[in-house]
Amino acid sequence: MSNATKSPLLLSIFGLLCIALSAPALASGEVNIYSARKEDLIKPLLDDFSKQTGITVNLVTGKEEALLQRLQSEGANTPADLLLTSDAGRLAAAQQAGVLQAVKSDALDNAIPAAYRDPAGYWYGLSLRARPIIYAKDRVKPAELSTYEDLAAPKWKGKICLRSSDSVYNQSLVAGMIAHDGEAKTEVWAKGLVANFARPPKGGDRDQIKSVAAGECDLTLANTYYLGSMVNSSDEAEKQAAAKVAVFWPNAQTTGVHVNVSGAGVTAHARNRDPAVKLLEFLASDAAQRWYADVNNEYPVNPAIAPSATLKSWGEFKVDTLNVAKLGELNAAAVKLMDRAGWK
Amino acid sequence: MEVGCPSLHRRPLSQGEKGVGAWIVRIDRWTGWVLGTALLLALPVFTVFVTALQPAGEVWRHLADTVLTDYVFNSITLMLGVGAGTLLIGVPAAWLTATCEFPGRRGFEWALLLPMAIPAYIIAYTYTGLLDFAGPVQMLLRELFGWTRQDYAFPEIRSLPGAVLMLTLVLYPYVYLLARAAFLEQSAAMLEVSRSLGAGSWRRFLTVTLPLARPALIAGVSLVQMEALADYGVVQYFGVSTFTTGIFRVWFGMNDATAAAQLAALSLLFVFALLTFERLSRRQARFHHTGQRVQRPPRLALHGRWRGLATATCLIPLLFGFLIPAGQLSVWAWRTASHRVDDHFVDLAAHSLLLAGGAALLILLLALLLGYGQRLRPRSVVRLAVRGAGLGYAVPGTVIAIGVMLPFAALDRSVDHWVRAGFGMSTGLLLSGTLFALLFAYCTRFLPVALHSVEAGLGRIRPSMDDAARALGSRPRGVLWRVHVPILRGSLLTALLLVFVDVLKELPATLILRPFNFNTLAVRTYELASDERLADSATFALAIVLAGIGPVILLSRAISQARPGHDPLS
Repeated sequence: MSNATKSPLLLSIFGLLCIALSAPALASGEVNIYSARKEDLIKPLLDDFSKQTGITVNLVTGKEEALLQRLQSEGANTPADLLLTSDAGRLAAAQQAGVLQAVKSDALDNAIPAAYRDPAGYWYGLSLRARPIIYAKDRVKPAELSTYEDLAAPKWKGKICLRSSDSVYNQSLVAGMIAHDGEAKTEVWAKGLVANFARPPKGGDRDQIKSVAAGECDLTLANTYYLGSMVNSSDEAEKQAAAKVAVFWPNAQTTGVHVNVSGAGVTAHARNRDPAVKLLEFLASDAAQRWYADVNNEYPVNPAIAPSATLKSWGEFKVDTLNVAKLGELNAAAVKLMDRAGWK
Repeated sequence: MEVGCPSLHRRPLSQGEKGVGAWIVRIDRWTGWVLGTALLLALPVFTVFVTALQPAGEVWRHLADTVLTDYVFNSITLMLGVGAGTLLIGVPAAWLTATCEFPGRRGFEWALLLPMAIPAYIIAYTYTGLLDFAGPVQMLLRELFGWTRQDYAFPEIRSLPGAVLMLTLVLYPYVYLLARAAFLEQSAAMLEVSRSLGAGSWRRFLTVTLPLARPALIAGVSLVQMEALADYGVVQYFGVSTFTTGIFRVWFGMNDATAAAQLAALSLLFVFALLTFERLSRRQARFHHTGQRVQRPPRLALHGRWRGLATATCLIPLLFGFLIPAGQLSVWAWRTASHRVDDHFVDLAAHSLLLAGGAALLILLLALLLGYGQRLRPRSVVRLAVRGAGLGYAVPGTVIAIGVMLPFAALDRSVDHWVRAGFGMSTGLLLSGTLFALLFAYCTRFLPVALHSVEAGLGRIRPSMDDAARALGSRPRGVLWRVHVPILRGSLLTALLLVFVDVLKELPATLILRPFNFNTLAVRTYELASDERLADSATFALAIVLAGIGPVILLSRAISQARPGHDPLS
């Protein structure tokens, strides 16, 4: 047989093989997850769940937008039973796109405060990710700090390092500001903030903390679990950097600290609805909640769970009670606002 | 070099390839195969264009008012800068290792390819770790001289020039590889003719060697520029706004898929202009050997300071493109490997190697089919279709992945619907979420890599070879299999290697399209690195590099032995 006829034939054989090998199993006793949480930050919990219940868990990780797109385009045929994200705005977007279904569970309602779940049960928050001010201990006194809004004041000129406005964490923060202060006021604020930058935005959250520790700037905004993992790092340089900075909880008198929620919802066309709910309940259980705090330094949604030693060392704070779904709604407005303010 | 006498073009159709349809274009079997394959592969890009045709909201006015000029300026600078940088490093290194003799030449031949095994965003992370304000280099300077922040100026690595540098360091091997193959295939006879005509060595290089290698150089540079345009990891981390970051920002940040598709389409216009320029620049000339036997020119033995200079020219890119970043990765991996290498590690490596190997073979076959089909039927419609299929390389992987996902899901839905209606059962997802979809995405994205190499190789085979084989009674397939493929071994191996390493590093499409419980080395590397755990990711990044080294060495040897008209592996 010649090459020209061989290649399409090969192609189709190869294709059929691939399909045969990788068709997702849909038998009972299984849950299929699309997860925007990284494998390292969820797999150990899933393994525990499988061990306890005998239910097999199949996992695909990825970026939340892409997973949502995959879920949408697969429609009723989707193999996914559960969508896990690390951002509540995306859960709200998934709900609006019609790819989630409402589930009712007393265990979930008891473990998760109403503020961190959808009223109808379309999604449930599983951990909290706070974004406070992180400052250099030797150059900034906590008394000088007060609110996010205050960071636009001229006294901070050349002292602030921030991450790019491409970061969804900054987008959510600004969306929250818009919800509280209105768009016009927030834009003035963003322009003042940009004028205070020590350098153009670049790098990740950890890089901002390191810049503060090294003296390139005096303060930054970063999610606490990054600082937490630096504190507990095996790298001596990271540990030392983390020791030079401290956490300040802003807006204590006003709106509270900006918090995002990681969570999950059962998909609209889930074939394994009951095991999926069981898994949700497991993730909200005491043991799993404690794991979030101990391993990834995130705040548990269940207020009855004591935070880890690292979390305790940063003290208590007032949480912004804004409905997290609002953050998703205002995300586009926030991005455009940051473009106008020149926040790269 | 002979000025083209396209004898092929006027050859009447022979038996067995008679047209089966003759409306506008005469569709014979070869044309049919090529058009069909090309159109299928162009499907994802086509999906993007169709999305782009819908009217967009007022996002465009916002972009034009604020960030669009940044996107255009930064993207163009990146393309031009990386193009110039890779030529500057790749061409001298290729010429030296191909035609001269100096200390370390044999080692450099393959070692210079090593940087291509390092994913671009990984080199960006490692250099940032080293050169950043908080990194060891600046820390050391401050400690040594007692400086503070205001006392000294240090070039900022996370900037547009920094991005150009990073991408240049990992992409120059493409230019080096193609240029070296071209230099090696040049015959001694031509150089002797020019020497006998009194040309000095510089003049020979500039007027004979370089122009003869031009198709290969242009092919290499346009690949590199397309890859630079599609890069997301480096520019995003360095805070440089380009079309790619813009596409994601508009799409996910502003939730406007249409405007994002339009941005993607706009950036494709750049690529189209680039490719058109490439075609135009070599339209006039043809580059094949006319001699009966091609002899290896004797190597030019370098002496004195030229030896040192040659060694330095090869050592510098190797040092900065591979030794330093790989060294940093090794230091990190040393510290973390013990709790990172477990049972799953073997699975990850096996998945990566199988995917990369399978995709590379598949893509090579497709490239051969399209490249040869184009040679047989050089019609504008065929050329246009092959160009269309070749655009995928410049499109960010995520966009390609979604361009694959949407039509596949639509197909699954209609099959499911049809079977339900006819037989009362559901077929569910047939293609979506399978390795087939993933391989298809790889084909779309990396076909151009193989195609460039195959086309450049075919371009150097003179058409009279085809004519002779045909006159002796061989059919087109036979000519391809028995004449071209043996001659092309070097180019084919190059294509295979490039695609293999590209797939090994590929991330965005793998991430979105892979089936359940299926991870690769690149996915693990990314998951840890994007969580800002570089040290943890180092073991997996290093494994990608190691997996790439074996084929790199093997194929580099095969290429250096390959000569037109000779079997390279014997």
